[in-house]
Amino acid sequence: MNSTVATTQENRPTRENRGEERQRGWVQPQVNIVEVKDGYLLEAEMPGVSKEGLEVLLENNEITIIGRRSPLLDGSQPVYRESYDRDYRRSFELDPSIDTGKITARMENGVLFLELPKAEKVKPRKISVE
Amino acid sequence: MKLARFQRPDVWNWSALDRLTDLRDDINRLFDGSFDGGTSDVFNTWAPALDLYEDKDNLVLTAELPGLKKDDIDISLRDNVITISGERKNEKKYEDSETSRSERFFGRFTRSLALPKTVDANKVKAAYKDGILTVTLPKAEEAKPRQIAIKD
Repeated sequence: MNSTVATTQENRPTRENRGEERQRGWVQPQVNIVEVKDGYLLEAEMPGVSKEGLEVLLENNEITIIGRRSPLLDGSQPVYRESYDRDYRRSFELDPSIDTGKITARMENGVLFLELPKAEKVKPRKISVE
Repeated sequence: MKLARFQRPDVWNWSALDRLTDLRDDINRLFDGSFDGGTSDVFNTWAPALDLYEDKDNLVLTAELPGLKKDDIDISLRDNVITISGERKNEKKYEDSETSRSERFFGRFTRSLALPKTVDANKVKAAYKDGILTVTLPKAEEAKPRQIAIKD
């Protein structure tokens, strides 16, 4: 099946964004993707990311979601930690049927909801002969 | 102190997991109504990551709980053990849809943690923001460091 399913291998930071901030690497958010009649819906779990920390990049037929965690607590010492102290990043290949101009994103309680509508089908036209 | 937690590997073989999900549904169907609950939860539980911080006056517990509602989270404190439980409900039901990826976990969860310091149960506060639950547990007076004055 050809759809947004195809995840590009992007576990490690690429050379150009291996800045100091990125040294720690990324963590991949867990996603659900469903295809509905008129598009695709993607949900990505990014706890700790507010609307301001979210970045959605579109390049050619690839969409990248980046979530930066809000700093949690200042001045307190971690006693122990299970969460990853890393920002989120994951890329997906877009199905050609998706209208990239109509993609919408919203954050809700640490979950990103992306709507990726399909382009309206080109209606059959009659070409007049001159 | 080390707290072992089930960590999912970064890369899944998703087609295999889809089959597992189907299997889980089959098993759930099999047990539905046959036993009084419990059994069908075997594949249906998940565990949020917990962090614990400490400053002079408080212990602060955070739990990664994306996609819940405030009312679906329960916090209890007993014998200085904190328990966070709740349920993530999958309310998004799409008609005529085809799932191509299913990595999110839904259902009930419970996590308990023995706190390393005595806390004042009456002053515990909790907040839920951006999918993170933060529980602030003020240390009991006897657990705070105290300066003892020496007399003579």
